[in-house]
Amino acid sequence: MLTPEKMWWKPLGRLEKNWLLIAFIWCIALTAMMPIWFFFGRQNVPATTFRTNPEQFKSKVEAFVAQYQVGEETVNGVQVPVVAPPAGDVFMWARQWQWYPILQLQKGETYRVHVSSLDVQHGFSIQPVNLNFQILPGYDYVITLTPTTSGEFTLVCNEYCLIGHHTMVGRILVTDN
Amino acid sequence: MAVTTLPWSKDNENAVYRTCPVTSLKVDMVAEKLIIANAVAAVVFIALGGLFALLLALTRWQAIHLLNPVWFYRVLTAHGFDMLVAWMVFFECAGLYFGSTVLLNARQVTPWLAWVAFALMAVGALLVNVIVMLGRADVLFTAYVPLKADPLFYLGVILFAVGALVVLFLFFANLIVAKREKRYEGSIPLVVFGLATATILGIYTLLEGAAAFVPAFLWSVGIIENLDAALYRNLFWGFGHPAQQVNLAAMVSVWYMLGQITVGAVPLNEKFSRVAFVCYLFFINLGSAHHLLVDPGLGFTWKATNTSYAMYLAVLGSLIHAFSIPAAVEVALRRQGHKRGLLEWLRKAPWGEPGFSTLVISMVLFGWIGGVTGVTIGTEQINMVAHNTLRLPGHFHATVVAGTTLAFMGLTYYVIPLIFRRELVLKSWAKWQPYVFGFGMLFVSIGMIASGLQGVPRRHWDITFVSATAVPGTVNLTLAVMGIGALIAVTGGIMYLTVVLGSVLFGAKREAHRLTLVSGDENPLVNLAKPLTASDEHRFQPKGTFAIVIAFLMFFAAYYFSNWWLLGRTWIVK
Repeated sequence: MLTPEKMWWKPLGRLEKNWLLIAFIWCIALTAMMPIWFFFGRQNVPATTFRTNPEQFKSKVEAFVAQYQVGEETVNGVQVPVVAPPAGDVFMWARQWQWYPILQLQKGETYRVHVSSLDVQHGFSIQPVNLNFQILPGYDYVITLTPTTSGEFTLVCNEYCLIGHHTMVGRILVTDN
Repeated sequence: MAVTTLPWSKDNENAVYRTCPVTSLKVDMVAEKLIIANAVAAVVFIALGGLFALLLALTRWQAIHLLNPVWFYRVLTAHGFDMLVAWMVFFECAGLYFGSTVLLNARQVTPWLAWVAFALMAVGALLVNVIVMLGRADVLFTAYVPLKADPLFYLGVILFAVGALVVLFLFFANLIVAKREKRYEGSIPLVVFGLATATILGIYTLLEGAAAFVPAFLWSVGIIENLDAALYRNLFWGFGHPAQQVNLAAMVSVWYMLGQITVGAVPLNEKFSRVAFVCYLFFINLGSAHHLLVDPGLGFTWKATNTSYAMYLAVLGSLIHAFSIPAAVEVALRRQGHKRGLLEWLRKAPWGEPGFSTLVISMVLFGWIGGVTGVTIGTEQINMVAHNTLRLPGHFHATVVAGTTLAFMGLTYYVIPLIFRRELVLKSWAKWQPYVFGFGMLFVSIGMIASGLQGVPRRHWDITFVSATAVPGTVNLTLAVMGIGALIAVTGGIMYLTVVLGSVLFGAKREAHRLTLVSGDENPLVNLAKPLTASDEHRFQPKGTFAIVIAFLMFFAAYYFSNWWLLGRTWIVK
């Protein structure tokens, strides 16, 4: 609050210097961790994205469901197909307030899960694995997933998408080989 | 070129001043009225936002689950705007008028324009609240396209932003005029330097806000047909994230201020502290990318470069303040004779003085919880296990509420005697308030973070509706921790409002005769805040602070690396 002395550009004290050095090294460590994990880690953020539009993406999902449907289940009073695709491309839409279809995957197999929104923004959140991605209309986001645990998983929407947001749940079933 | 007469030269001066009996600073009466008006508006909005906070917490606390979904999302929209925008920015405007006039013995230029700005902000903020309450903008604070709100909602935000932008330019106008009229010698004080940092950040923040909200407004009235969701997110966060850095820079300035008011702390090295502010200026806006880390369409290099603020240099700025502020306090207290061992100064500190307890609680919660969790979840890959879960609100309630809001609350107690010129009532409440509020917010943040770690989404009315496998039953416990914390924090908020309103309405009208409210008879700022001599620097080393920051760094590293471990346990993804 007070005006400083005329000459305030002074060398740092001993402890200030030490702290600055330690803090700077920590900042470098924080920076380095990301490329290190990028090259050696098994969990990295998907980057592959295609331009799409709701009509085009909807027909892709419908064709995919027609090809690999194995059953049907009721979610929130609506019939949703269960689809068991082989490893490779998988298509799923998000819309108010539904994930479509239900996926039946195999543990250890790798799937390229294409997700896009038919209306507003949604959040693709696999629980309790706790993997979360942003889903936007007009963008086909390709999430390359390899389930490492089996069982029944819930897809939660974690981006607000109007009043029925909290009812928007889907399912992923993972079976052992 | 000789410029002898300037429109703002002293000859034309018609500002009316009073002289503060405590600090001998000259106070322009117009600036004083502006400070009062903005501070009052800020308090009105924190009261409103606080009521909304209570309703939200009682809804997310599953055992109570108060509101229905319509009102939950509606109140959430208003809570975000009133707290993050209205309360913060009105208070900061009051601070900017204070910093650019009173602290420099200077006058307020073009008072009429300042009042126009105030009117724009007030009208904008009220418009947003009315439209939201009418149910015509249930789009939450972020208003992500293609969720569409009533055009008046965007207009309200734009009016508020234009008003705020005018205040920012007036700050610099005041600074320039003060310099030309030689109201102060040499460099501006560190606090004003910090506020100037906040102002520069604020200007480009608001320009980016215009880039997001003006197209959204045009889209809502039908002039623009399509607005790309990804582009909007990028523009919105160019506003939304730096806006919090404005709060950060303002809060750090308030920390320096509180240290000086309560114990007479002087910055140990002006260069050190100022360079830290400059780090904010250059790097902190890159942090907008933190919100886009798991968005489609962006690659690793873009995300990693931006999220790391170009090598975490903005974080370095905060780490410098994390040392230099407590170090200034330590050295000040050591000079007053509390110099035994590492931490005697801390034991002998004026813990009953609200400004001091505020400073400590605000710094600890901001840094140890808010800062550590923020850097961690803002790491590119770790964000996959955090994005849009309750860990995010857990982080920013530690920074913006336990940190910034508490700091602003603590400062208010000193503004009332000095600027409102009213005796503070209920001093014992003011003494306890920072502890109650801080304690409550600690629980709110920890409850949210622990829930988020278990996968609980943010902005979600009911997570138990989701099938039984989604989240473990222990979330009921962690959400209850959040709810109980919120009740305690709201109690602290009510204490604050009672003291402030009680003082402003019923406090004895008198000139302040000292700066501190509770402790001692001295005026630390006036009597103790003397520049350090070379021998002082040698004799009073901030050894205790050094030990504290090393402990902090170890805690930081433990939390950070445990999150990498957590990430390594999930499914394989790329």
